[in-house]
Amino acid sequence: MIQFVCYSYNLGESGDVTTMPLLRLHRIAKTYDGGLAAIRRLELDVERGDFVSLIGPSGCGKSTALRIIAGLMAPSEGAVGFPEGRPGIGFVFQEPTLMPWRDALSNTALPLALRGVPGSEAQMRAREALRRVGLAGFEHSYPRALSGGMKMRVSIARALASAPRLLLMDEPFAALDELTRQQLNDDLLKLWREDGLTVIFVTHSVFESTYLSQKVVVMTPRPGRIFDEIRLTAPLERDETYRLSAEFSADATKVSRALKLAMQDGSEAAYHNHTSAMA
Amino acid sequence: MDERTNDLEAARRAVWRLSGTNLAKPLIPLVVGMIVLGLWQGLTQYDHVSPIVLPSPLAIAHALVNHWQQLLFASWTTLSITLAAFVLAVIGGVALAVLFSLSRLLEHALYPYAIVLQVTPVIAIAPIITIWIGYDRIDLVLLVLAWIVAFFPILANTTLGLRSADHNLIDLMRLYGANRWQILTRLQLPTALPFLVSAMKVSGGLALIGTVVAEFAAGTGTATGLAWTITLATRNLQMAEAFAALALLSLLGIALFFSLSALEWLLLRRWHESALKKPQ
Ligand SMILES: Nc1ncnc2c1ncn2[C@@H]1O[C@H](COP(=O)(O)OP(=O)(O)OP(=O)(O)O)[C@@H](O)[C@H]1O
Ligand SMILES: [Mg+2]
Repeated sequence: MIQFVCYSYNLGESGDVTTMPLLRLHRIAKTYDGGLAAIRRLELDVERGDFVSLIGPSGCGKSTALRIIAGLMAPSEGAVGFPEGRPGIGFVFQEPTLMPWRDALSNTALPLALRGVPGSEAQMRAREALRRVGLAGFEHSYPRALSGGMKMRVSIARALASAPRLLLMDEPFAALDELTRQQLNDDLLKLWREDGLTVIFVTHSVFESTYLSQKVVVMTPRPGRIFDEIRLTAPLERDETYRLSAEFSADATKVSRALKLAMQDGSEAAYHNHTSAMA
Repeated sequence: MDERTNDLEAARRAVWRLSGTNLAKPLIPLVVGMIVLGLWQGLTQYDHVSPIVLPSPLAIAHALVNHWQQLLFASWTTLSITLAAFVLAVIGGVALAVLFSLSRLLEHALYPYAIVLQVTPVIAIAPIITIWIGYDRIDLVLLVLAWIVAFFPILANTTLGLRSADHNLIDLMRLYGANRWQILTRLQLPTALPFLVSAMKVSGGLALIGTVVAEFAAGTGTATGLAWTITLATRNLQMAEAFAALALLSLLGIALFFSLSALEWLLLRRWHESALKKPQ
């Protein structure tokens, strides 16, 4: 417990008053029709340009939280605030969710077409997005002719094509094999750095969250709320060496331990113990 | 020794391959048809089966040639009513399915009646419709009856198809600012297309059956399609002519089925799993 307390205190860093957060979740709660409480009292600030992972047991309301942030669903209580205005939002699901009757280019151009961007410009921007995810040359392939990893890349390209400021990703790589997943992790980090995106990334994997994030948010079992926020201080440039470094395994251990505590002691009492221990 | 078994093996493989090639595939049922026709001809010629019970294939061919004008006209009547009923069923079915997908209330209000229309045997409705529309417009009677039969599969399948749109894609489109119309045209209708096309294959056959049944049920004299030709011919014990009309009906059905299969291939070949060729 002592160790745990040691790293938790840097929670307070959001007290920095000079910057406004991009996103502020204020006491969000969601109860589904039929009375199932999915999340309760979710309180979270996301800084501009941050890479935040949401990690927590299955069914704790991570997808629900993302959908609420995206505005696809209203919270039962609380409010989603964007202090500096609502940014453009891109969404990537666990499945590629492509339209099988459209080729890669046309799938990527979908957000632009919906927004009324003229055809030739939409095509150009979609082409560029595909190139950036490493799919140049596959513009006219249909989804059924692409591998799982390639489909996921198209899905990311589609999100990028809309030039979002905030990218929401719901376990995007969960269905992929380890190598493809690592490759996509690296590519995602590169895109994030280049574009100055803000990313909220839902995952089940301690290692993935540690590798990718600037901040890992650990949630309790349902009804989910935030158990801990862990700020990681590893360098922005992360690669194979980082994956094998002592720093990485130390961070992963922190996240893993917090997750374990959240799973075991997700109860109200444990939460209060935890927060009072932090103070 | 080794070589001989190899040769045998190679020969067996060659035969096997031939039977699986595109050339052999349509040949096999054709050969079977020829054999059956030969046996049929032999049976009627040498075993003194009465031509009133079973006319020989040659007699049927004769009837086809002798009555070709009348049969061609009857075929055209049946075909045109079938096609009109089919096209109207597709238009009506898709239109109503779209309305249903836009309004749950409308679906709740009307769907049960579509089912009632479907489960009531058309042959029982035929006399009533005939009286309503009148004997002087028998073509319209046939059209309405065939439409009733062909309509439901289109409505049911398209409704299901429109509702099968990926929910995540709907959310994604909403997130990117799509309106109801864009979701319908860019997501729901394409999703429903394979459902619609397979319903069309069923519905095309049903339109033909509907037309024929309606002709039998309603056509007292003024109808001039193939079914009525069969009725008249059997009444006069002209069995060869009846079989000729029957053969033409089968032919219409086959042509319809193959046209719709071709349409399916054209529409879906590029993206749908059902049109995906197995890798060799
Ligand atoms: N549309 C809905 N109606 C009712 N209950 C729902 C609905 N969507 C989700 N739930 C419930 O809300 C809870 C949280 O669901 P959610 O999908 O947000 O969890 P999750 O953390 O994303 O889980 P996983 O990690 O398995 O994806 C679950 O218990 C789920 O059964
Ligand atoms: Mg989820």
